[in-house]
Amino acid sequence: MIEILINIVLFSLLVVTALSVVRMRRLFGVVMMSGAFSLLSALLLVTLDAVDVAFTEAAVGAGMSTVLMLGTLALTSRTEKRPVHSPAIPLFVVIMTGAAILYGTLDMPNFGSATSPAQTGIAQEYLERTPHDIGVPNVVTAILASYRGYDTLGETGVVFAAGVGVLLLIGGLRSRKGKREDEESDREKAPGTAPGTDAPKRGKV
Amino acid sequence: MRHHLILRVISKLVIAPITLFALYVQFHGDYSPGGGFQAGVIMATAFILYGIVFGLTQAKTVLPPWVVHRMMALGVLIYAGTGIVSLLTGYNYLDYTALSPHAPEHGQELGLLAVEFGVGITVTGVMVSIYYAFAGRPPRISDEEW
Repeated sequence: MIEILINIVLFSLLVVTALSVVRMRRLFGVVMMSGAFSLLSALLLVTLDAVDVAFTEAAVGAGMSTVLMLGTLALTSRTEKRPVHSPAIPLFVVIMTGAAILYGTLDMPNFGSATSPAQTGIAQEYLERTPHDIGVPNVVTAILASYRGYDTLGETGVVFAAGVGVLLLIGGLRSRKGKREDEESDREKAPGTAPGTDAPKRGKV
Repeated sequence: MRHHLILRVISKLVIAPITLFALYVQFHGDYSPGGGFQAGVIMATAFILYGIVFGLTQAKTVLPPWVVHRMMALGVLIYAGTGIVSLLTGYNYLDYTALSPHAPEHGQELGLLAVEFGVGITVTGVMVSIYYAFAGRPPRISDEEW
């Protein structure tokens, strides 16, 4: 009973946050609300007993991306422009997508059903084998790093690639050498006297 | 943020527990929720908080960008290197039994720790360097405008 109540409260807060994100024009507030949205989804994941996922959602969704969005905000603008088109078409697309997703869930097994593929498939075997195969109590870690070690290696590679991509795109690599860093701080003071190499690059973007 | 005294004092108090918690999540990940990804992000958060409150240049003296860039690659190398070790001792790639052939369970646990450690280092490196990259660009909005 109490769980249903918690779910209702969390879901209605989620909807309120989403609506306020849509309506707000001040981007600072929007970023904060999306952080709150992430935190609420993390709480929902906790009620589903998926603590590892909740942990990731809270750390990455509410923590990291909020900071990065604020960083982006400092580089752009703090208010959203008024939309030039009417909201009818986007609203239509969103409603159709939502309807399609709802239609898709009709085929899914009921929540907590014992006969769902997640319960009858390989999960059972993992749960039985982990204690004597791996010897660690946290089955999630065991699956992630041992049974699915290749996947996690790939994921780490993806994270690495993302980092390299950001460095190449927005130039974090340039500040590595002290000499060039001095140049950059000079350029910040006097944008007009920028030494040639960087200006055409920015123009292209 | 030179003038925010309360922010500076509180974040000084908070940064050490955050770092400790990241290490706990990292090395206790096989007993409790968490692991390399979460620990890496939490560890990065400590440095980012420091950067936000004390300024980017200050943060870059604590954790220089070249260290962060090497951490990104080092973590992946630790992960892949664990696999190479098991290859060299005659097991399959990433089969942690190789680390302790007489007690496979123990080897698996060691392997988990090594691999998660690699993940943690890479994630910390990537998150902090992304933050450096974003924060390092000259802002268009002044502090008062927020």
